[in-house]
Amino acid sequence: MTPDDSFNRGIPAPFSSRFDFNDLIFEDRVHQSIYTDEAIFREEMRKIFGGVWVYLAHESQIPEKNDYVASKLGLRPIIVVRDLTGRIRALYNRCTHRGATVCRHTQGNAKSFACPYHGWSYFNSGKISGVPWPDGYADDFSDPKYNLAQVPRVQSYRGFIFGTLNPDMPPLEEYLGGVKAPLDDWLDRHPGGTLSFCDANRLKFNGNWKLLYDNSADGYHVIFSHRSLLAMENRFVEKGDEDKGMAYYKSSPDNAPFYVKVFENGHHYKDKRPAVDTSPGGLWSIEGPHPGMEHYEEMIREKLGDKAGAVLDLASSEPVNINIFPNLHILGNHVQVSQPISLTETDTTWWGTAVIDENDDLHGCVDAVNALRMRTQESFPNFGELDDLINFEQIQTGLAGVEDEWVYMHRGLGIPDRIKRDTDGYLIGPPTDEVFLRETMQVYKNLMMNDPNLIIERDIDAVFD
Amino acid sequence: MQHDPSRTSYYVGDDFYQSLVDSYSDWQTDDSEITDPELRDICRRLLEKEARLLEQNRLDDWLTLYVPECVYWVPATPHGGDPRTEIAVCFDDRRRVEDRIFRLKNEFAWSQQPQSRTARLVSNVSAFATGDDNILMVRSTFLTTEFQAGDKRTYTGWYGHKFEFQEGDWKIIVKQVNLIDCDQNLRNLSIIL
Repeated sequence: MTPDDSFNRGIPAPFSSRFDFNDLIFEDRVHQSIYTDEAIFREEMRKIFGGVWVYLAHESQIPEKNDYVASKLGLRPIIVVRDLTGRIRALYNRCTHRGATVCRHTQGNAKSFACPYHGWSYFNSGKISGVPWPDGYADDFSDPKYNLAQVPRVQSYRGFIFGTLNPDMPPLEEYLGGVKAPLDDWLDRHPGGTLSFCDANRLKFNGNWKLLYDNSADGYHVIFSHRSLLAMENRFVEKGDEDKGMAYYKSSPDNAPFYVKVFENGHHYKDKRPAVDTSPGGLWSIEGPHPGMEHYEEMIREKLGDKAGAVLDLASSEPVNINIFPNLHILGNHVQVSQPISLTETDTTWWGTAVIDENDDLHGCVDAVNALRMRTQESFPNFGELDDLINFEQIQTGLAGVEDEWVYMHRGLGIPDRIKRDTDGYLIGPPTDEVFLRETMQVYKNLMMNDPNLIIERDIDAVFD
Repeated sequence: MQHDPSRTSYYVGDDFYQSLVDSYSDWQTDDSEITDPELRDICRRLLEKEARLLEQNRLDDWLTLYVPECVYWVPATPHGGDPRTEIAVCFDDRRRVEDRIFRLKNEFAWSQQPQSRTARLVSNVSAFATGDDNILMVRSTFLTTEFQAGDKRTYTGWYGHKFEFQEGDWKIIVKQVNLIDCDQNLRNLSIIL
């Protein structure tokens, strides 16, 4: 190998696993060390956050050429940019020279990035544009090895931008597989089949990132973890009236008419729509109280008459949880993104979404719908998620009792006819079963037992499928 | 009042949002700053009373400082923004702030088990005239330290209060809480700031 070839080779794995995941992950339980061991976390940041398609950003955050938004791929700082030609790229935010970040802002519009340390500068394609006093260098910087590193494979599905460093990953759409169907449904309920981001509720917890993923299709925790929220939403509901919010979890949710469905690659879906009235206005009728609710409802009903119910439903929370491994969750009207910070620290950002109505499908009511929709979206992160996050933190605390080794996830396992397969071959179970968690852990185990050949790209014209 | 704002939310509409955005634009001008020590002291005392009631966790008493049609607003962006088109950390009308208090008193609000203790410093109080003698805008800087479940953390930034003189008393119409890290991921923000 000549020295120059070394710039394009695969990056050798910095860690070889000292763990045999066959001893850590069983069908009914997993070992506490997957939540508490630093070395396992570092391996995850390669084998999963890097090794599979990871959600990076939404196209509505970078609508114009030269728009950029800061992101992360695992722990790697990334700039997701729509370059001069309109191509979406995920650049390593790391100067090729000595390693400093070249972009210090969370979003903006820039044709180029200059490193504040020694002034090396780069076009937003990643190509190096110049270095100060080039006479001091023997080379002329025409070699692509001086360009910013970039994520070699960046693909979007309906506005959601993903990246992977793994040349062996199938194309994004194939990786998403069955979860595309509920994602399509969720998008298609909006005019034009699209949405824009409108800022976020930004939360964090002191716990491992998987604790959030483990909860994402869990219908077992709802009436316990969210007991205060359910009480709050229903404090004015009188006997005989319809309950509000997630009250459909009450009594015997095992036999409720909704379900969890498990797709390939760790993706899953909790579809609560069968538990609610989905005729026009049905979703709106179970919304708890929100600021401006009566004002805007009256205004929309006066304006639209019979058509008002369907329009109000767009301000209501869609009763689905769509979970895309490892870091993207669609729930209600939120796009929730989780971001590992360290073994025991995770950010979870609940992006709000706004309706775009270019063809006036909402008959002049889109602003009213969005004014309502901002307030409906603030409710769960304020009054529901905080209690979940504290429970995740308290799992992390409890797991410090390391001699008590196992975490159980066997609800529904071994009961005949409880878990079924749909016509596409995907597993379906009651919303309160942990089948989604068991299946995700098998995906996780396979990923952790294989070392992907991760690569970066510096040739700005390279195109991967 | 036609509607009880504790039960229905008719007042939070376009006009209300627009007046909110207008009130919080370009209000901190040198020309409009109030120098009358008596009026400034009234503002300071109201802010200090609010801080005391929150420290003492007397949330129902705290809410009596507010007019019925009030707002508790924590923007998620440093410029405050327009709450019609962007998500806030919190945007509570009277009913939602009562919801918030209901939940904080609920023994199953796990994020408040055990309950937080807070110490609140409010300083750098400046009051600004608005053109309406019965309405004042007040800026102050706050530093709130919270202790909960073994963890001590601080929230800091500035408050923008809108005060109204009603029935012989100054009351709070709007409390805008501008955290210096409002656009960052925050851990377990359960308390009222």
